[in-house]
Amino acid sequence: MRIVVPMKAVPDLVEEIELTSDGSGIDREYLKFVLNEWDDQALEEALLVKEAGDAEVIAVGLDSDPDIEQALYAALAKGADKAVKLTGAGEAPDTHARAEMLAGWLGDQGADLVITGVQSPDDLDGQLPPALGARMGLPHVSVVTSIEAGADAGTVRVRQEFSGGRSTELSVTLPAVVGLQAARQSPRYAPISRIRQMMQAGGIEEAPLSPASGTSGLRVRRMYAPESTGHAEMLTGSPDEVAAKIVELLSARGLVKG
Amino acid sequence: MSNNVMVLCEHVGKRVTDSTYELIGKARELAGAFGGQVEVALFGPADLAEQLGGADVVVNVDDPSLAEYVPECYERALMHVLGEREPRLLLLANATIGLDLGAAISVSWQAPLAAYCVGLAAEGDTLVATCQILGGKIMAEVETEGTKAVATVVGGAFPTEPGQGSGSPEVVTVSVPDLGSVRMSLTQTFEAQGGDVDITSVDMLVSVGRGIGSQDNLETVEELATSLGVPLSASRPVIDSGWLPKSRQVGKSGLKVKPRAYLAFGISGAPEHLEGMRSAELIIACNTDEQAPIFEIAHYGTTVDLFDLVPAIVERVQG
Ligand SMILES: Cc1cc2nc3c(=O)[nH]c(=O)nc-3n(C[C@H](O)[C@H](O)[C@H](O)COP(=O)(O)OP(=O)(O)OC[C@H]3O[C@@H](n4cnc5c(N)ncnc54)[C@H](O)[C@@H]3O)c2cc1C
Ligand SMILES: Nc1ncnc2c1ncn2[C@@H]1O[C@H](COP(=O)(O)O)[C@@H](O)[C@H]1O
Repeated sequence: MRIVVPMKAVPDLVEEIELTSDGSGIDREYLKFVLNEWDDQALEEALLVKEAGDAEVIAVGLDSDPDIEQALYAALAKGADKAVKLTGAGEAPDTHARAEMLAGWLGDQGADLVITGVQSPDDLDGQLPPALGARMGLPHVSVVTSIEAGADAGTVRVRQEFSGGRSTELSVTLPAVVGLQAARQSPRYAPISRIRQMMQAGGIEEAPLSPASGTSGLRVRRMYAPESTGHAEMLTGSPDEVAAKIVELLSARGLVKG
Repeated sequence: MSNNVMVLCEHVGKRVTDSTYELIGKARELAGAFGGQVEVALFGPADLAEQLGGADVVVNVDDPSLAEYVPECYERALMHVLGEREPRLLLLANATIGLDLGAAISVSWQAPLAAYCVGLAAEGDTLVATCQILGGKIMAEVETEGTKAVATVVGGAFPTEPGQGSGSPEVVTVSVPDLGSVRMSLTQTFEAQGGDVDITSVDMLVSVGRGIGSQDNLETVEELATSLGVPLSASRPVIDSGWLPKSRQVGKSGLKVKPRAYLAFGISGAPEHLEGMRSAELIIACNTDEQAPIFEIAHYGTTVDLFDLVPAIVERVQG
């Protein structure tokens, strides 16, 4: 079985997000980019499928994403068989453009399963897995928490999660696209030494993309940080002073004996 | 083309979900502005139409393949209904079904999609959406081009009441082409598992997020929970790492809680988490990032490091 895992680098949400001076978008220049955490889950699940049977895992990224090489080398270090950087993706493509370009490249790759993160934090125009599924005319399932071999050859069993912790199991005929919410286990870590080895070996292949022709049909008027009408009252001081205030708030409500 | 606004009805068992009512309420306002009607697409038995008094029209497709949610069946049925009814706008809840179908419908129906909507307004003929991205740190105000659109709406963004009308909508039955050729089938359903404690029925919760760093560090907050005599709950990453059972998860795919006090430590406040706890009476958040979105909804906040703050609270409580 051939599994392709499309990966995306996204702004690190722990950092301060700056906007461009005209407020039309985020300022990518000084942002730190990290692998989309759900793509990390997707890669983990792909590696688990590989370990349970016979599969080849190919990690792919677009050259438009800052530091995507880092994620691709890490994927190789974790056990992906191949990593491909797709070139010519243009500047900051949205989901619709990504789906169009990836579908073009995937067309002749013979992938049985495409597994990618359920969402990424900047999916303004929607999530990649269903967009890709629709583009390629393939069955697709998202918000998935496990993928295992199916009862019949050429199928997989996937578990799809709903609100409140309900879930269902679906039997899906391959080829298919899956959006991964959480892998069956926490994503493994790749030792830095192993990632360095991969970098030295230079194991990333490159392949050109055909640029996307369609658009998302969205026009951004402005972006802004949430207006802080309801911002929390901030408690300041030493840890002890803040602790005292919190205990006071709770005891005023009879929630602790103060 | 019509000026109607269509909502896809979600139901759990025989009960229409709150998010459906949130969408119907918003659809009423938008349909009014566009000069159209509110249509609710109802897949499965038509008797649920009784709960859809907020709609003008219920478009019912009752095919055996649609009794339960099977993504490809729903997608095909929805595409068929969109073709038949040609609404101006389709609203989906930004939960599993919306995450599954939204972008697919956008591609196949060739309509722009605004995701993670927390605001929707009609300005003349134009639909303007306010979307919450980057974990809630940034809002984007976008216009959708053209004469049709799809929006996926964040749970809790709109009130339910305006969608819970008591009218008697016209029920239009639509049959779909054979769904026998779909490439997936439902093999099992799993109900949520109960846990040792029910976090939805307690007065106070100590809740912990990825900021805790490791399983070993959980001890710190466990001690606080014990000294306050309340259970520990958590954000999703803590549960996914296997550090606490699923029955302790607060949020979109976990449980909705409404305690008298919710103490959040090392939780950023992603929209999916807020969905589960925003109506707590008192929210106190500890997060070292002063930009963390949790502070937008918390009543009190502090940027003191949780590893300094938690032991200090424990000390005071134990007196
Ligand atoms: C379909 C779907 C469903 C989801 N359902 C849920 C759900 O039910 N519940 C849920 O919670 N999430 C859910 N999520 C995930 C959600 O998007 C976020 O990824 C998650 O809520 C983030 O958890 P967190 O805040 O603990 O982690 P992070 O976002 O990583 O935040 C950790 C925070 O800790 C702070 N911190 C770090 N160190 C310290 C310290 N020493 N002291 C104080 N603060 C510190 C950091 O500043 C940071 O803000 C869902 C996602 C999807 C796609
Ligand atoms: N995607 C993830 N899912 C679950 N846990 C994670 C994830 N990323 C990081 N962690 C956990 O959070 C802790 C801190 O992560 P980090 O700040 O990314 O080094 C680590 O101990 C990890 O176990």
